[in-house]
Amino acid sequence: MTTSTTDMAHDDHGYMATGIKRWLFTTNHKDIGTMYLWFAFIMFLTGGSMAMVIRAELFQPGLQIVNPDFFNQLTTVHGLIMVFGAIMPAFTGLANWMIPMMIGAPDMALPRLNNWSFWILPFAFTILLSSFFLGGAPNFGWTFYAPLSTTYSNGSTAFFVFAVHIMGISSIMGAINVIVTIMNLRAPGMTYMKMPLFVWTFFITAYLLIAVMPVLAGVVTMLLTDTYFGTSFFDASGGGDPVMFQHIFWFFGHPEVYIMILPAFGIVSTTIPTFSRKKLFGYSSMVYATSSIAFLSFIVWAHHMFTTGMPLIGELFFMYCTLLIAVPTGVKVFNWMATMWRGSISFEVPMMFSIAFVILFTIGGFSGLMLAMAPVDFQYHDTYFVVAHFHYVLVTGSLFSIYAAAYYWLPKWTGHMFNETLAKAHFWCSLISVNLLFFPMHFLGLAGMPRRIPDYALQFADFNMWVSIGGFAFGLSQLIFLAVVIKCIRGGEKAPAKPWDGAEGLEWTVPSPAPYHTFSTPPKID
Amino acid sequence: MTTKEYESYYVPADSQWPIIGALALFCIAFGAGGFVSQIGAETEGSGWGYLLMTGIAIVIYMIVGWIANVISESMSGLYSEQMSASFRQGMSWFIFSEVMFFCAFFGALFYARVLSVPWLAGDGANVMTGAVLWPEFQAAWPLIKTPAGGETQAMGWFGLPLLNTVLLLTSSVTAHFAHLALLKNDRTKLKLFLGITIILGISFMFFQVEEYIEAYQHMNLRLDSGIYGSTFFMLTGFHGMHVTLGTVMLIVVFMRVLKGHFTPTDHFGFEAASWYWHFVDVVWVLLFLFVYIL
Repeated sequence: MTTSTTDMAHDDHGYMATGIKRWLFTTNHKDIGTMYLWFAFIMFLTGGSMAMVIRAELFQPGLQIVNPDFFNQLTTVHGLIMVFGAIMPAFTGLANWMIPMMIGAPDMALPRLNNWSFWILPFAFTILLSSFFLGGAPNFGWTFYAPLSTTYSNGSTAFFVFAVHIMGISSIMGAINVIVTIMNLRAPGMTYMKMPLFVWTFFITAYLLIAVMPVLAGVVTMLLTDTYFGTSFFDASGGGDPVMFQHIFWFFGHPEVYIMILPAFGIVSTTIPTFSRKKLFGYSSMVYATSSIAFLSFIVWAHHMFTTGMPLIGELFFMYCTLLIAVPTGVKVFNWMATMWRGSISFEVPMMFSIAFVILFTIGGFSGLMLAMAPVDFQYHDTYFVVAHFHYVLVTGSLFSIYAAAYYWLPKWTGHMFNETLAKAHFWCSLISVNLLFFPMHFLGLAGMPRRIPDYALQFADFNMWVSIGGFAFGLSQLIFLAVVIKCIRGGEKAPAKPWDGAEGLEWTVPSPAPYHTFSTPPKID
Repeated sequence: MTTKEYESYYVPADSQWPIIGALALFCIAFGAGGFVSQIGAETEGSGWGYLLMTGIAIVIYMIVGWIANVISESMSGLYSEQMSASFRQGMSWFIFSEVMFFCAFFGALFYARVLSVPWLAGDGANVMTGAVLWPEFQAAWPLIKTPAGGETQAMGWFGLPLLNTVLLLTSSVTAHFAHLALLKNDRTKLKLFLGITIILGISFMFFQVEEYIEAYQHMNLRLDSGIYGSTFFMLTGFHGMHVTLGTVMLIVVFMRVLKGHFTPTDHFGFEAASWYWHFVDVVWVLLFLFVYIL
């Protein structure tokens, strides 16, 4: 506590605890960012191995490996882990590492709170995963609809609810930290409209988080009291309504979808200009488009419930509002294309992932438009078409953008260039296998194969076998990434302060690897 | 901030409190999960309760230690104007997230009153719902007879609820007077009004408990008395928990005032507690309106 910040400012190897204490007690945004990223990757492999079991079961029709109840537990926990344990913490890790450096701040505004936000997560997932050994994990789908999670719960509801509660606490504190950092710690001269787009998108994401995570906390609390204390929120015999669960859940759930994609927009808006060697086309329209998407996300939730039963006027309202989202999203895709237009493009690995993002995310966006139309959604609802849609936006969308970001900033984090050959192998293996994995799911869904089932009719057998092969290949390909990162940490070509010649931003003005403390006195921005 | 001259921003060195806090939340969540899971089961008393209590003990230890840490940093002048702004903004966004938490429960209340209860009685396009499920059911609010036939009584707004409204509104005013006194550096008035605010808060909680006893013992109004009881107890219960937390915050602030902390220009701790108190008050006004009167 006695070491003053000014002493640390000019010493790259200033005070730093060693060993396990460094990681347990740290207040440093880079340490915390690193822990978030490793945690996310471990969770990604955990959730991914569950997906491998799911695909092995679905390799052939008939029941092969796991029983249906365990299959349900796997699909549920796979979803929960990937959403709350992999994608969200990975973005938070990137935000922790990069936002203070991008805005010229010495650290996050509330560094101890930052550490608390991180360390809650491993504990929360310990609780969630331990329920496998305490009478069965949640088996009611990651959306935990009542009455599956109340009346027909397998006894895991309480562990699930409390795990979600503390995850929510973590997310809310993390989001408050980001907001305060951005509002209060920008270097002199960095006005809002000069902030890098990644900072902007995460700023807006943080607002979504503090607006909807408390609603999630509320709805899981109602779930808990309905299951164990006899309340009637989702029970018609007491005057409640199971459909009310879906409304409150999706009021959280839809903004949650954008929480997982807006930072991705920020990442590709950073990488594409760098490797096109041009300024981002339409910076301010990007900011306004992101804000519009965030606003619209609050008034479209019931498009997840078209077949549940709603007054006609509700169906129409939610259909039109949902279709409106295509407008700001279209603005973004147009801007990315226009940025590349006549640029001197080079295809480094982050750029390859970014271009794949733009194309494949757009496919996910288009299938989203199809699902947004209430009359046709009656056919697509709860089929593999929906599974294909959200995996295109979350895997080839969010995850690919995270890979783009990781490759883009790895030299800054580790001080070494990564192995280009291996990284390209990771990209091509992922790209081919991910499409083999998710593209045939569109056809399966259109042909009527329902989601969340361990068995299926014979006519779906061929496509499912392809999908499973794609799944195994995609799973294995991710180990290449692990190899690239470990090699990059342990050595490799020394990275200069700015390894990408088209890159802009304050993070490239500090040496690679970035010193433990950066910008203890702020840089001046013109 | 960008126009002011930049001050050095205090980045605290390593701290043990966050990891202790994370451990505490783990014990609370895991213990509560196990404890609640056993409700109604035969295998009671297998230690989940102890885990929960341990967690609560650790969290209290953590809060006391962490806050003591922050106070001593603040008193030794480590905090700049800019840090103060961080704390203020952090607190305001925290209160915003609390507002959203209550929104979920108000949303449930409005959904039940406007949609689900009338639909169950056959309103709108739901004639068959009424006819097939519970043909005898009549829509009403407060819902004193549930579709399944459970009966209860409605809590009127006169009496204890009205008294509590007066108490809480007055306490908001006295909290504001205390703030004004602090700004004028009138320590006597500050102590007086802060003390009154705390007493009003404690009285509110006392009468709330009285009301709950009355509801359970004489009115058959319970948590499991259908959607009316559910929304009534969850909304007033969570509000009561927030009043408790707010009162604890005010007591901490009061002790700090007695020790001579806070100046007219620098009193974030006081402001945070007082903002929280006003927030709790506003929630009560909405509760009184939508849960009791209308």
